[in-house]
Amino acid sequence: MSERPEPRAMASTTEPLPAGAGAPAPASPPTVEVRVPPRSWRSEVRAVKIVWHRELIRFQKDRMRIVTSLVQPLLFLFVLGAGLQQLSAASTHGVELKTFIYPGVLCISVMFTAMFSAASIVWDREFGFLREMMVAPVRRSSIVVGKVLGGATVASFQGLILLALAWAVHVPYSLTLVVGVFALQLLLAFSITAFGVMIAARITQIQSFMGVMQMIVTPMFFISGALFPSGDLPNWLAVLNRLDPITYAVTPMRTLIFNHLDISAEANKVLNPPITWFGWEVPIALQIFTVFALGMIMLGIAIVEFNAGD
Amino acid sequence: MPNPAISVKDLRKSFGDFEAVKGVGFEVDGGEVFGFLGPNGAGKTTTINMLCTLTKPTSGQAEVAGYDVVAAKDDVRRHIGLVFQDPTLDGYLSAEQNLRLHAELYGVEKHLVKPRMEQVLKMVGLWERRGSQVLTYSGGMRRRLEIARGLMHSPRVLFLDEPTIGLDPQTRSSIWGYIRQLQQQEEITIFMTTHYMDEAEFCGRIAIMDGGEIVALDTPAALKEAVGADRLRIETADDERAIGELGERFGLEATVSEGAVSFAVADGEEFVPRLFAEMNVPIKAVSLSRPTLDDVFMSHTGSTIRDAEESSAKNRNRAALQAMGGARR
Repeated sequence: MSERPEPRAMASTTEPLPAGAGAPAPASPPTVEVRVPPRSWRSEVRAVKIVWHRELIRFQKDRMRIVTSLVQPLLFLFVLGAGLQQLSAASTHGVELKTFIYPGVLCISVMFTAMFSAASIVWDREFGFLREMMVAPVRRSSIVVGKVLGGATVASFQGLILLALAWAVHVPYSLTLVVGVFALQLLLAFSITAFGVMIAARITQIQSFMGVMQMIVTPMFFISGALFPSGDLPNWLAVLNRLDPITYAVTPMRTLIFNHLDISAEANKVLNPPITWFGWEVPIALQIFTVFALGMIMLGIAIVEFNAGD
Repeated sequence: MPNPAISVKDLRKSFGDFEAVKGVGFEVDGGEVFGFLGPNGAGKTTTINMLCTLTKPTSGQAEVAGYDVVAAKDDVRRHIGLVFQDPTLDGYLSAEQNLRLHAELYGVEKHLVKPRMEQVLKMVGLWERRGSQVLTYSGGMRRRLEIARGLMHSPRVLFLDEPTIGLDPQTRSSIWGYIRQLQQQEEITIFMTTHYMDEAEFCGRIAIMDGGEIVALDTPAALKEAVGADRLRIETADDERAIGELGERFGLEATVSEGAVSFAVADGEEFVPRLFAEMNVPIKAVSLSRPTLDDVFMSHTGSTIRDAEESSAKNRNRAALQAMGGARR
């Protein structure tokens, strides 16, 4: 406002605050006394929300990560897809290879982003921020749940970018497709983040963490049938394929996509054979539930692990 | 606040067979600024971690803000603010976002978050920079922000673990400015550790810690008075002989520290001429000082704080190794 009162106000304090800190008020604002309420479910919900929100803020600020995590899925989709097309043309019954691997690629983009999200808990430990969260008067489980949900959300956003590429692989858009893919991605991202956070409770060094995650997640991805049909596999691979949790995310995803395509029953049978356990055809709903249940179990283990530390 | 803000009885902590804290006991009154002074490795941080519920005591009892640190962990956490030695800010977030996150974690009433944030940020002079990412802050600004964050939820007790370590003198003095301001404005008890002697003098009372034990506890003035005598440091051609002669001729007990012979004597100014007249060992230099907290430390532990740090470095490394091996995280 007027210039007059400023020098006076500044002279009255030893450490002048920058001008304009408040019109006629003294340099130091009045004391605002706040109170921390006893622990309740409400404070836990707030904690989960803010930890989740932090993941989103960080993701949004980290543009580089959004771009770099796109490289790998795009390579699979367009380079591998186009490159192997000539070899596979005979056996895909007229379905383009990139269309075939598209559901698998939707899964891997989420998997690797979720892995990085889980790694952030290791970074948080390294940069001390984990401590700030751990000493707060809330349950550790709230922190872990917020972290896992945040990681899952971020990874699914990343997946949405790939969903936008559906036209490039000749998959027509529809509301059910978008909603279905997003839901499946969210589920897979949740389970992978829970898995990562569970590992992060034990492995506190970022290098070892990334190494271990690569060592586990990459084979899981290859064995899952994201890049090949899981029908006539050699026995050993078929067994591993059925044991691999990712299989139960890839198959529903592929079924969902294929339902939106106009392809022959023959092609569907070869490219998207049902998953069987000892000859029993596993329903899609059970497959989805398997992924969810595993995610919950790993989340539970992660919570126990983090509660055990001091 | 009539009840003691902190009360500790025979608190102990061992890491494996290394006893880091060997049974300390003290009380801190509400509104007091209480200092923990001692060399690195004396057990200060371990003690503070136990009081903050970060480390579980091996045995003994401690109450903070009226709550037991083991049985009522969450209640303790609601009432304390923490500023750690190592940074614990999220560099990707802005100052405002860091504080908001803290307020949410602590369940601060929504309508008070903003005014409280304004108050604490203005106090540490970061209000204008509240929107910048913390990554762009200097070391001093980060520490100030950590202090502001520690105050976000109006804690009854604020723990500051070496709040001024590694900071330039200007920032150090402004941090002391905030601490004094806090004492006037809010009903808050401040518990801090330091190994800067000059800073300890600002505290209302000081506990001197060495080798996991409290060796003295009083106001800075009383501690200095108890030492009484002035301190003389002499550099000689032969320290061994000088110590012997001081003992024989004057009945004084001297020790070698930091490369000079050092001893306490009443009325130092009058003693210096006698020293030159009666000693056979050539004296190269002399310095006389009134008692400081350094002398207090020395009179209680027999070494200067720097010597104590060197000798405890071995133990400390051992403890650190054990802590790393023992705790997975």
